[in-house]
Amino acid sequence: MAKIHIPTPLRQYADKHATVEVNAGTVGEALTGLVSKHPDLRRHLYTDEGKLRAFVNVYLNDEDIRYLQKEGTALKDNDSISIVPSIAGGSQDIDEVANLRIVELNSALPTCCCPACCC
Amino acid sequence: MLKIPQKEYVAIRQHGEETYPHECCGVLLGTADGDERVVTSSARCGNTRVDSPHNRYHIDPKELVRIQREGRDRGEDIVGFYHSHPDHPARWSLTDLEEAHWLGCSYVITSVAKGKADLTNSFELAGDGESQKKFLDEQIQIV
Repeated sequence: MAKIHIPTPLRQYADKHATVEVNAGTVGEALTGLVSKHPDLRRHLYTDEGKLRAFVNVYLNDEDIRYLQKEGTALKDNDSISIVPSIAGGSQDIDEVANLRIVELNSALPTCCCPACCC
Repeated sequence: MLKIPQKEYVAIRQHGEETYPHECCGVLLGTADGDERVVTSSARCGNTRVDSPHNRYHIDPKELVRIQREGRDRGEDIVGFYHSHPDHPARWSLTDLEEAHWLGCSYVITSVAKGKADLTNSFELAGDGESQKKFLDEQIQIV
């Protein structure tokens, strides 16, 4: 029996449970079992194509499953799975970054010195 | 509303001064009841965005797993996060919104001007999913 820890924002879709226990052989089966029990969780964890959303980190005990066998990672009794949405951000807006890149690209372009064009 | 003890409020602002000109980041733990989040402790985190630490932050999920586990042992949940904006206003940026995924949690931002903590504001990440998420201004009550 593996224990899945549900992060605070997703508990409202899991009948307010902080932890859900499932019988499963792999991490993928455990997550499938979780969304079968609590179908409202599915759209928060998976894309329409059925892949785990990029910002959803899944840890088996203290290891990121991306560095194990991903969803095929085998489970042992008393394993603990944590679902951890990523935490990031920053003061600079995405648009500002895009504009900066355009300025950098423009400044990297050689100045035209041909006599034929209108530059 | 975010209720936060004076000690934690001072600590998160101080963290922003210590890491200046880089962004600081950390986790707020406590209890949540509807729209009210009560902070009982905070945990400092390292900013893993070494490529652009003056205007970006990222918390290693492994650190978050540990903080979540230690909080659970004390009967605390993660109720929010904090970070600083060095020489930028204490307002959320489009990057902050794009990268925010903890719906119903508080995101506290402190502007740090020339190394000195200035304004601290809090925003609740509201909505029912990624497509409708938005930041709402929320009151900070220092208790």
